Amino acid sequence: MTASTLLAASGAVSGGEAVAFWILAPVALAGAIGMVAARNAMHSALWLVLTMLSLGVFYVLQAGPFIGMVQIIVYTGAIMMLFLFVLMLVGRESSDSLIEVLRGQRIAALGLGLGFAGLLGSAVYRATQGSAPVGLEQANAGGNVEGIARLLFTDYIFAFELTAALLITATIGGMVLAHIERRKEDKRDQVATMKARFRPGNYPGPKPGPGVFATSSSVATPARLPDGRLSDRSTPDILPLRELTAEETTLKGTEK
Amino acid sequence: MNPLAQTPSLTDFGHDPWWLVLGKIVFAFVVALLGTLLGVWFERRVVGRMAVRPGPNQLGPFGLLQTLADGLKMAFKEDILPKAADKVIYFIAPAISMICAVTMLSVIPFGPMVSIFGHQTPLQVTDVPVAVLVVLALSSMAVYGIVLAGWASGSTYPLLGGLRSAAQLISYEVSLGLSIVAVFMLAGSMSTSEIVAAQGSGTQVSLFGLDIPTPGWYALLLFPSFIVFFISIVGETNRPPFDLPEAESELVAGFMTEYSSLKFALIMLSEYVAMVAMSAFTVTLFLGGWHAPWPITLWSGANSGWWPLIWFFAKVILLVFVFVWLRGTLPRLRYDQLMRLGWKVLIPISLVWVVVLAGLRTIDDWDTQSRLYAIGIPAGIVLLAALFWPSRKPEPKPTLVEQVENRPPGSFPLPPMDLQVPPSPGTRRMVAEREPANAPAGQDSEEV
Repeated sequence: MTASTLLAASGAVSGGEAVAFWILAPVALAGAIGMVAARNAMHSALWLVLTMLSLGVFYVLQAGPFIGMVQIIVYTGAIMMLFLFVLMLVGRESSDSLIEVLRGQRIAALGLGLGFAGLLGSAVYRATQGSAPVGLEQANAGGNVEGIARLLFTDYIFAFELTAALLITATIGGMVLAHIERRKEDKRDQVATMKARFRPGNYPGPKPGPGVFATSSSVATPARLPDGRLSDRSTPDILPLRELTAEETTLKGTEK
Repeated sequence: MNPLAQTPSLTDFGHDPWWLVLGKIVFAFVVALLGTLLGVWFERRVVGRMAVRPGPNQLGPFGLLQTLADGLKMAFKEDILPKAADKVIYFIAPAISMICAVTMLSVIPFGPMVSIFGHQTPLQVTDVPVAVLVVLALSSMAVYGIVLAGWASGSTYPLLGGLRSAAQLISYEVSLGLSIVAVFMLAGSMSTSEIVAAQGSGTQVSLFGLDIPTPGWYALLLFPSFIVFFISIVGETNRPPFDLPEAESELVAGFMTEYSSLKFALIMLSEYVAMVAMSAFTVTLFLGGWHAPWPITLWSGANSGWWPLIWFFAKVILLVFVFVWLRGTLPRLRYDQLMRLGWKVLIPISLVWVVVLAGLRTIDDWDTQSRLYAIGIPAGIVLLAALFWPSRKPEPKPTLVEQVENRPPGSFPLPPMDLQVPPSPGTRRMVAEREPANAPAGQDSEEV
């Protein structure tokens, strides 16, 4: 690592780093394009994983092993995983349709995207041209991880703590909004269920099936109690009690 | 021989010739494959012994070749691709699992500096300042293998298994990472070789003015972390009792239901490699890595040369045995129990323990009196709180008679409380019929 730090500090690009860059840069770019172009949302997410992995390796190459690993753990490991969760709940058959809603939108978006990329690329190129990076050696003097830790817990302690508080607040807010836990006394256990079943006024036996001794097998036809009365316990509450009239039950003459 | 010269540091890495690097990589790969071959055999034999049956004992000595035969058979099976499967991802998923599991072994230190054909080199493929994070990153990438396998199979049970495993692995990764934090705090490094080196010599811990030499293993120094870590890696490797993603009683085989032939073999291989790699990782972080345990260290050459390989693999086998033991002993947890254990038990314990440890580290260089105050006052507060914590008294349960008397009018009728159930006539008849059959025999035997 020290060797790579020295190389990066002097602004030189080692052979291995150049090879890794020229292999991974097209991969990262392909991942980005694939993410936009993929029709299936899941494939799209996977292309994004590819890009993020390549970025992680780039950080490691740039003598920042800690940030590289954190990139892989946090982004590809955790956030992408949650993203995949959402995708799974959306369903695996959902693919984007290729119908263009606005005419010429795709061409315009492509042109604007290319233009923006060119603008940004040329700006970065002009800004960094001819200047050598300095200060990496001092920053990594006591080790990369130690350097980041020192900065986080001295100069940026308030920013760090505030970010942590914000994230915790967001997490707890999410939990409060999404989580429903019934209190222990509201939960009905088996004993309480049985007591409710045998409480006075409730008939503990099974309900009569609809249509017993009835003239029709429809669920709307109530069961007939042994004394001939109709039982409204046998039909769903939303259905009105309905007995077929004699006219309705007679043959309609359509059986031939 | 000075044992300290045998301990590699970060500067010892990156100077090997290419053939040595290749050799080490092949060695790590062979460890992974042999670990699987022997691991499956070991598990079946041990579980067999625990279930009082022999286990595989036909092929080769002690049935050692059984796994090889099973693997060969698996390779020649028909490879089935479900119609609804997402072809590319269905192919990639087992490979992701496999690659992540094997790559973990590349940062595990198998031994100290040794001489190979005149090159002084550490017995470890490579080491970086963030080697432990590499393992964490790989284990979080390994989730993709399982989730994608479940999703790409295009049927219900694998999808449910994949979802379950994603939730489980994310939950247990949190407690895994938190328990490693304690190791970082004590070792002052994230590089595996330096963590092993830090466990080499016992540190002097001064408690209440006494200098007590303690063993250097973090399993003893950081016992709560070790327990949380081990439980987490059992969850992380989907081993029983946390093998819910492949709960065969509810999900057929979970995410691998649709897999067959070589792809299934890859998934199975990656599971066992992950088990071996995680055991090796535990040995590295908590059990002193390749350092010999106490009675052996009396021999001065125990921690030099090639000997540490033996201690290392002995510890790994011991941990794999614990994995198998858990499988042979514990029933599978229910899903909500699993989540409750992860989020409500393991994570709070790790958090509190990390805070306590940070406090202990802070007061390390104070003078004795203020250190006594710093430990005594919080401990006293905790003790007092535990003593005077209002305990919830359960209400006295109403007796049966009271319950019966308190029933509202019109309740379902009850039989009288002092009901004497007469014996059924059938039983009486049976007894009466059987009686004479025994009676004469008893009399006869008495007379003789």
